Amino acid sequence: MASMRDIKRRRDSIQSTGQITKAMKLVSTVKLQKAKGKAESTKPYFDLMYETVSSMLAKSGNINHKFLKAGTSSKKALIVITANRGLAGGYNTNITKLITNSGISKEDAVIYAVGRKGKEVLERKGYTIKADYSDVINEPIYTDAREICDEVLRAFTEEEIGEIYLAYTSFKNTVVHIPKLIRLLPVDPAAVAEHAGGDDTPMNYEPEEEEALNMIIPKYVCSLIYGALMESVASENGARMQAMDNATSNAEEMISDLSLKFNRARQASITQELTEIISGANAIE
Amino acid sequence: MADKTFKLIINTPDRKFYQGDATMVELTTSEGEIGVYADHIPLTSVLVPCVMVIHEGTAKKKAAVHGGIIEILKDKVTVLAEIAEWPDEIDVNRANEAKNRAERRLASKDADINIMRAELALKRSLARLGAVD
Repeated sequence: MASMRDIKRRRDSIQSTGQITKAMKLVSTVKLQKAKGKAESTKPYFDLMYETVSSMLAKSGNINHKFLKAGTSSKKALIVITANRGLAGGYNTNITKLITNSGISKEDAVIYAVGRKGKEVLERKGYTIKADYSDVINEPIYTDAREICDEVLRAFTEEEIGEIYLAYTSFKNTVVHIPKLIRLLPVDPAAVAEHAGGDDTPMNYEPEEEEALNMIIPKYVCSLIYGALMESVASENGARMQAMDNATSNAEEMISDLSLKFNRARQASITQELTEIISGANAIE
Repeated sequence: MADKTFKLIINTPDRKFYQGDATMVELTTSEGEIGVYADHIPLTSVLVPCVMVIHEGTAKKKAAVHGGIIEILKDKVTVLAEIAEWPDEIDVNRANEAKNRAERRLASKDADINIMRAELALKRSLARLGAVD
């Protein structure tokens, strides 16, 4: 049996770890509330944007537009949104796993990383990191999304890349977060049209259709990126809150277990001492 | 005609800016200024920084809108603006300063400056100032 001192030391160390995880849980709970509020207030914009673009594409029928068909390049841009910090359970690994299992080969993938953790893992696995926007994830604003968007769209129009994907964690509620990989460009008119409903009034464009799409699609992509950033931040804090909650309750469990062991060891040492004294006294007689 | 209303929704990435029944809305698209009544033909257009005037019967509301898209359907108008501000949210001094700065930049004809950016900044500040007075 471990000595009393060893058990005590171990219990103290777990206790302080428990205190840290408890504090971290509280911090991420507060952050989660904030991020959740923000993500919710941005949601109507993206839903509307999605609806508008869907109905636009559904109504305008078959248009031949550069944003609607794949580029000639086999390279695929992946915007990967993870966290800058760990200790958030499976949050970061879920995203990186999603990418490694996506069937996109390492040679073809060009990573635009948002979040240091995802970047580090993918770099180690041999993916090409084109750009790193990790500072953005702390406090994402719309301009950040536009910056990323401009960069990938430039690469797309110059045919450096043929497709653009976005990997993020969708925030369903406080406990459910789903890692998602979606294709931003080319927009898939068939998939989008499904959501558009049966309204088939012909749509007019001002300026001309092609020019309008030229301006609207970037806004659409940009808003999707921004939405993904907001949801990811909320998910990150949700995931961390859960992870820290688990860690705290594990620590409590271990402490109670160690306390029992400690008391047993203490009792054993007292019993042993008594036995020794009595046997010593007996020997003198 | 004028008292027939349509549903107007204005959203920005950060908030629901406006939602209500309007009789007319004035705004500027990339092709020029337009006024939209109910029963307009379906139209999708691109907004430039401008002053948007929302008419609710006789009441008028002004707002500065900086770029976005507008989708007009028969009884519903959806504006997705990148930024939208009510007059009381605008800092007049800052907008004035931005306007002067942009004008000076454009006047200087320096090869280094980004004319498009300066023009956009000027448009934005003009939209803000227009919404205030």
